[in-house]
Amino acid sequence: MSIAIYIAVMAGVTYLIRMIPLTFFRRKIKSRFFKSLLYYIPYAVLSAMTIPAIFYSTGDMVTSVVGTVIAVILAYFNLPLIVVALAAAATAFLTGLII
Amino acid sequence: MNLNFRKGMFHGLPIALGYLSVSFGFGIMAVKSGLSVFASAMISVTNLTSAGQVAGVGIIVAGGTLFEMALTQLIINLRYSLMSLSLSQKLSPEFTLRHRLMVSYGITDEIFAVASAQPCLLTPSYMYGMILVAFLGWVSGTVLGASAGEILPKEVTDAMGIVLYGMFLAIIIPPSRKQKSVLFTVVLSALISILFRYVFTDISSGFAIIISALVSASVGALLFPVKDDEEEVQKQ
Repeated sequence: MSIAIYIAVMAGVTYLIRMIPLTFFRRKIKSRFFKSLLYYIPYAVLSAMTIPAIFYSTGDMVTSVVGTVIAVILAYFNLPLIVVALAAAATAFLTGLII
Repeated sequence: MNLNFRKGMFHGLPIALGYLSVSFGFGIMAVKSGLSVFASAMISVTNLTSAGQVAGVGIIVAGGTLFEMALTQLIINLRYSLMSLSLSQKLSPEFTLRHRLMVSYGITDEIFAVASAQPCLLTPSYMYGMILVAFLGWVSGTVLGASAGEILPKEVTDAMGIVLYGMFLAIIIPPSRKQKSVLFTVVLSALISILFRYVFTDISSGFAIIISALVSASVGALLFPVKDDEEEVQKQ
């Protein structure tokens, strides 16, 4: 399948999700279950995307795991997103140099 | 230059700097997965989102169906509909249909966070300024990352593969610390995702993410329903 079609579908769906509520929707969501579901979904999505994929992210299990451990520690102490992300990469890089 | 536009650009600057390094990681990852620099850049230009783009590249590379692509983007990006809903209450009267259609393109986690923290109503110029600067950061980072694959040593680009996932961890860990309900949902989702990776290997990556997320978020919503006031706080 042409990659352009994939990208068009990706972009179209992503745009509609943003556009429809901003442009047309005015009511408040009432269902407590639905509200809760929408509240938890971002965290659930990111978790499923990250684990176990992060352990393969550098092409080497050891450097990935060490980078992950550092990311978890820094994230636990509430450091900014960008610090956590770059520290994970720097750690994986340095670990790769040592082993 | 319009004062609101300039203010928006100024507020978009830290967002753009953050995006630059994350999209650099995306560019490297996309090219490593087999996409061209141009295709990687086009994905960033048309989508302006991190998690959805990573999952999308996975589906393209695996040759998934368009239905899988659409459903994956819908689930992963569903949070934007909530943010748009919230922002729709905060738009100034200048926001005509045309402005709404344009600004919708640029609703991201960070832009939502900054915009909703403003004490006043949002004007179109302010939103355009912020979105423009963030967009430039996101796209130029992608192009740099995608091109760097050939310039930078392999050790560096390999290590950069972890950048986006590191950012995802930084998003989910602090709230998991504060709320047992989020921790529960996150751990359950990770466990289901691991099952798909090692046991039910026939399920493609996009569907594995959708199922893990929907099951864990539903269980989380049933066991720990969100109180009404949490929504109200977000809205202010």
